[in-house]
Amino acid sequence: MTHCIISPSLRGDPNDNPKAKEGSTVKILVTVKMVEDPEIKIKIKADGSGIETDQMKYVVNPFDEIAVEEALRLRDLHKGEVIVACVGKKDASQQIRTALAMGADRGVHVLTDDFLDPTVTSAALAKVVGDEKPDLVLMGKQAIDDDQGQTGAMLAERLGWGQVSFASKEVSLESEEEKAKKPAIQIANNVAQVTREVDGGFETVALSLPGLITVELRLNVPRYASLPGIMKAKKKEIKELQLSAVTGGASAAVKILGMTPPAQRQAGIKVEDVPTLVAKLKNEAKAL
Amino acid sequence: MSNVLILVEHAAGTPKKTSLAGITFGQQLAAKSGGALHLLVVGKEAAKAAEALKAFGAAKIYVVDGPAFVSYSTEATCAAVEAAAKACGAKLIAAAASSTSKDSFPRLAIRLGAGMASDVLGIVDAKTFTRPMWAGNVVAKVEIATEVKICTVRGTEFGPPAAGASAQVEPLNVAVDPATFKAKFVSFKEIKSERPDLAIAARIVAGGRGTKGAEGFKLLEQLADAIGAAIGATRAACDAGWVANDLQVGQTGKIVAPDLYFAIGVSGAIQHLAGMKGSKVIVAINKDPEAPIFQVADYGLVADLFKAVPELVAELKKG
Repeated sequence: MTHCIISPSLRGDPNDNPKAKEGSTVKILVTVKMVEDPEIKIKIKADGSGIETDQMKYVVNPFDEIAVEEALRLRDLHKGEVIVACVGKKDASQQIRTALAMGADRGVHVLTDDFLDPTVTSAALAKVVGDEKPDLVLMGKQAIDDDQGQTGAMLAERLGWGQVSFASKEVSLESEEEKAKKPAIQIANNVAQVTREVDGGFETVALSLPGLITVELRLNVPRYASLPGIMKAKKKEIKELQLSAVTGGASAAVKILGMTPPAQRQAGIKVEDVPTLVAKLKNEAKAL
Repeated sequence: MSNVLILVEHAAGTPKKTSLAGITFGQQLAAKSGGALHLLVVGKEAAKAAEALKAFGAAKIYVVDGPAFVSYSTEATCAAVEAAAKACGAKLIAAAASSTSKDSFPRLAIRLGAGMASDVLGIVDAKTFTRPMWAGNVVAKVEIATEVKICTVRGTEFGPPAAGASAQVEPLNVAVDPATFKAKFVSFKEIKSERPDLAIAARIVAGGRGTKGAEGFKLLEQLADAIGAAIGATRAACDAGWVANDLQVGQTGKIVAPDLYFAIGVSGAIQHLAGMKGSKVIVAINKDPEAPIFQVADYGLVADLFKAVPELVAELKKG
């Protein structure tokens, strides 16, 4: 286990960096999870114990990619550091490298072969956050494998921090504002102003830092890793930890007993033209 | 004999229809656990909402109101649910999945040492539930291994609650000071629509990339207005800013199950299907006969939507 080899001027720890005291730099920890490529069809094993992993491809959880992008934009504006934290298999180092290639500064990898339970993941991340002392934690609002959407709020509670879920922005992803690559989250005087997507509208919240924010799809369009970025990422440090050493004894709160495919819908019929469609909907389906 | 506590949301004292499915879940869960059903309403005019919820057979309805509960706050909501759970000794805590429950319940789970299952589809027994994974491509049977159990519930899987004995309404004093909140409410901007609420609409007209833009959606709006439907959209259409974000149907948007769902210019990506395949009747209009949406549609029309939709509107207006 080695420690980071990064110039102290890039650190945003408020305790050792006088600039941070003025609120000008920001140290951000962003999480990434290795998940199945959403473009590849999920097949359940015959015994229902899990999903087939043969020929599966893995990606950074798409929500986490958006969190990484926002972290990079905030760092580029305020200066500071972006640390990528990941809980997962050894192979997930590839997803950490992806975030490093996008521009993050260094990684922390908590190693485990277990299927991740949010109670355990949040405990491990709480330890990492406790060690790194970032001003802000950014996470995807959910991972597209278990779709639980719990780890962010659980981590905030463990830390005793404030949280804002579902950070978004009102303007579209094709707006000038987005094209200018400005962060949607505004940080000043140790407070992050965040707009979140809620049922029926947008809510704006002022979050005292340190704090935790989970992100929605429409916060930004993540950048691709550039070739120089990929080259540089190979030299960036990834610190490795074992899960058992950082969870403080937390165990999985939810056990998966089995998996089945959802009920399949039967394909219906094709109709010739609009009048036929309307007649079918009225007389056959009685839906109009 | 585990008591059940359900958080019910309301708007200015009127219970939200989407939230009532949580009560249905609570009724079923209480029957399995042998415990009593308790409800909780929080915020301005919560007492009025409690009156409207009296006839669902709950033992008690807790009412939490006060300055800290005027606007939504994660911290205030967690404190209210924690206090109500303590008051009735609830070991099972749930609510219909919403931006409120999805935000506050995981936080509460850690506070109460509880395990949590999100977006529950069905009840096996008082500790075992079914829930979707991988965008609904997998239905997992899960057991919550902790003494206190928390669920958010997919509203479309649970119908309206059954009538039952009249509940006792009890105000509950929850001492929280908004000045101590680490995340403070600043403002809320409501997205108003003349059309029915997407989450509970009986009919939905949804558009995707094939609509080619806000102009294409104008045609869909004409159809929606002709049949009294809500507008829905795919992620691509929302990302592009053609329609408001909160109209997204899919894995990461709203899960809907209307009586009639028009998918127009929608290819049928699994992430979108995850949000609408519970619809009773699905109609697909797409010019690509190979589009996956036709595999789930009851009625498919291979056509250019820019011709078919105006024709459809005209046909419907004929009566």
